[in-house]
Amino acid sequence: MSTFITVDLLPLLVGTLAAVSCGLLGNFLVLRRISLMGDAISHAVLPGLAFAFLLTGLRSPLLMLAGAAASGVATVVLVELVKRLGRVEPGAAMGVVFSVLFALGVILIERAARNVDLDAECVLYGDLDAISLYWTDPGLGVSSLLAMPRQLWTLLITLSVVIVFVWVMFKELRIVSFDPALATAQGFNAPFVHYLLMVLVAAATVASFEAVGSILVIAMLICPAATARLLTDRLASQLWVSVGIAVVSGVGGYFAATQLPHAFGMRSVNAAGSIAVVGGLLLAIAMLFAPTHGIFARKLRRRRLAMTVAADDLVGALYRLSETGEPRSTREELAAMLPGRLVTRAIDRASAAGHIELEGDAVSLTNAGLDAGAQLVRRHRLWESYLVTEAGLGPDHVHDTAEQLEHFGITPTGGGVDPHGRPIPTAPEQQN
Amino acid sequence: MDPERSSLFRAFEILTLQGGFNATVVLVGTTLLGIAAGVIGAFVLLRQRSLTADALSHATLPGIGIAFLAATAMGLDGRSLPILLIGASISGVAGVACIQLITTYTRLREDAAIGIVLSTFFGAGVVVLSLVQTSERGAAAGLNGLIYGQAATMVPRDALLLGGIALTAMIAAGLLLKELALVAFNDAFAEVDGWPVQTIDAGLLALVVLVTVAGLQAVGLILVVALLIVPPVAARFWTERLWRMVALSGVMGGLSGYLGATISAVLPSMPAGAVIVLTSGVVFAISFLFAPRRGVIAAAVRRAELRLRIAGDHLLEAAHDIERDGRGDMPPASIDLLAKRRGWSVWLRPLVIWSIQLRGLATTTHGSIRLTDTGRTEGRRISRNHALWTQYLISYADIAPTHVDWSVDQVEHVLAGDLVDELERALESRGVTVPGGATA
Repeated sequence: MSTFITVDLLPLLVGTLAAVSCGLLGNFLVLRRISLMGDAISHAVLPGLAFAFLLTGLRSPLLMLAGAAASGVATVVLVELVKRLGRVEPGAAMGVVFSVLFALGVILIERAARNVDLDAECVLYGDLDAISLYWTDPGLGVSSLLAMPRQLWTLLITLSVVIVFVWVMFKELRIVSFDPALATAQGFNAPFVHYLLMVLVAAATVASFEAVGSILVIAMLICPAATARLLTDRLASQLWVSVGIAVVSGVGGYFAATQLPHAFGMRSVNAAGSIAVVGGLLLAIAMLFAPTHGIFARKLRRRRLAMTVAADDLVGALYRLSETGEPRSTREELAAMLPGRLVTRAIDRASAAGHIELEGDAVSLTNAGLDAGAQLVRRHRLWESYLVTEAGLGPDHVHDTAEQLEHFGITPTGGGVDPHGRPIPTAPEQQN
Repeated sequence: MDPERSSLFRAFEILTLQGGFNATVVLVGTTLLGIAAGVIGAFVLLRQRSLTADALSHATLPGIGIAFLAATAMGLDGRSLPILLIGASISGVAGVACIQLITTYTRLREDAAIGIVLSTFFGAGVVVLSLVQTSERGAAAGLNGLIYGQAATMVPRDALLLGGIALTAMIAAGLLLKELALVAFNDAFAEVDGWPVQTIDAGLLALVVLVTVAGLQAVGLILVVALLIVPPVAARFWTERLWRMVALSGVMGGLSGYLGATISAVLPSMPAGAVIVLTSGVVFAISFLFAPRRGVIAAAVRRAELRLRIAGDHLLEAAHDIERDGRGDMPPASIDLLAKRRGWSVWLRPLVIWSIQLRGLATTTHGSIRLTDTGRTEGRRISRNHALWTQYLISYADIAPTHVDWSVDQVEHVLAGDLVDELERALESRGVTVPGGATA
């Protein structure tokens, strides 16, 4: 029997199932900006669990889930009560409720610790590394698979319920997530969907509790959804992406914990913590490199726009010279004319577009450049007249605004002269 | 001596600082911590940064582990508390910086950012701690103690340290009261008025780090934030004045530490940090329920009184109108009708009649109600208010006569004397006369 099956398979499955169950639900928490409700619930299920243990002394999955659902709803109701009746700010209301409930849970668990193999450490780290010990008959045969421990079955059932919930309630969840007021107006029962979501968050938290503990589960709830939110703008694709990311962080986190340290001659580290860290790293990567919403992509976009604007302005400046003399200048003069712009790059760009010609230090406008400059200056002066005649601004106040608007496609109609008495170049159709 | 009595006696001993040297040190330490956390937490609450503080405290874990590893690698004692606390501060601040980065540079909101930082930093801490545990030098027990706290291991030096921090917090709060209040209540105004908002925020963050790190040993990093959140929220119920709230929050925090440490000393199986937090939870619950103005019970009583008052007004108004129209006292059938129309519950009705009688406004004979003289005046006043406001809405607010009744029913109870005079003048100037005036 390979060690993969005897040692790695079960924790890998449990970790990944937990990550996917939580990650799917997390999408709706992140979208509704109630991520911290997940935080609150995961802290607050502790007393519910401890009560269930104290009362029965055994860990029946059904009882656990019932306790979880109860404490999930109780948390939401309590937070709501403190917020409404006490007029307390939402963040603080959550903080009060979950920290006190967590303290209660810690005390109950300390008392219960004598009877059951549950301790305060497990609350923090989960038990992922030791979970294989519960698999009495490791292997790939049917009987072995059926003998897989209860934690796995609980997670499988939870995941199925979560998938069914998201599948069946997709429309409701979507409208409630984006516009709860509209949802209510259209006759959807927004509070019902909300509470159902909270119950499932609590259930997923409890099912994952033994794998990753009650704090690391927050990473599973929020990180995949937050990462997916940076990668896509559509809810359906966000759900799929978040599932993919949850799988990657589950599998990657587990192997990073168990295999990576060996490469440096060290023993394995805590796998649950590692799953959370990998989730965070994936998010950091998405933050930096996401195609539209990433920091680099946005920087690049802004830079490109700045380049376009600078090249436009260069051509415009040369065209303005042509109105009184020759459309030629030198690099130094242009740099002085366009302060603070990327003049060298703008010259490269404009010359690549065929708008200018370079002869040593001299820069002159081509015929195409003359046309392009005319259009730019036309837009500028049209906007200036528009701002003066339609928006009622003073002629000495319109230049800066027009300087920005001229780079966009839309142009007001008109012609003649601008408020400063300069001629407005004609549109290309009229030239022919 | 039976065990019940002896533990009560022990509690009394500890509370009066006669419980032996160690118990006294722990008691003084946790009380001072509670005061410091309460005072600083008040500003955190008003600045709406309660959950940022939560992320901060969770984010200290990797710093603790890394500080231990680094110190042992350099040949120092990794378990030395100052080293661990420096590591904790650094990674806590790094966590807050990450929240700032995420909210500034991505479309993710603060709630997601807090959750992300809290959980991934904690995950990193768990990984580092497991490294510590498996490393040759081992001895990670001291580090685990910082997660749930181990108040019992407090020595006089620690209590002194906590005392110093509490003093610092109080002095800083006293000196910066104006600045912190300004930023907490209106940061945009503070910015425009030239106050260094970022510096003040950074100062508050430094104080939060100080309290959090100080609380690691006593309460542990998961629950220390409760001391920053719960007492201020509880204090908020009792007062509307800032400095009173800050002081009260400090007192409540101190009280939680004081009582919590005593309880956990008497019942040694209970982890002190959790007991202290639970004690503060009880203080909160008491404030939530019983605070005189903002408390839930006071609010409910006020609402019930108002409801009774309004229902009584309606009854007086109806009785007055019936009497005015020359039909004598108000018969039971009309009360039934009124109760039905106003949606009174079965038990509200006798309460209303009882309260009217109690105020000497009416008497009952054979189930029908007869107004006294004061009751008649009162009924006339309400009826006239109703008519005045109706006319006002129709002639000034251009509301159709069929649409005014509902809002009039709400307003007639709260019209004060000078407002009524003003209404009369306003309507008079428009030539509108309202029947049932003062002379009627």
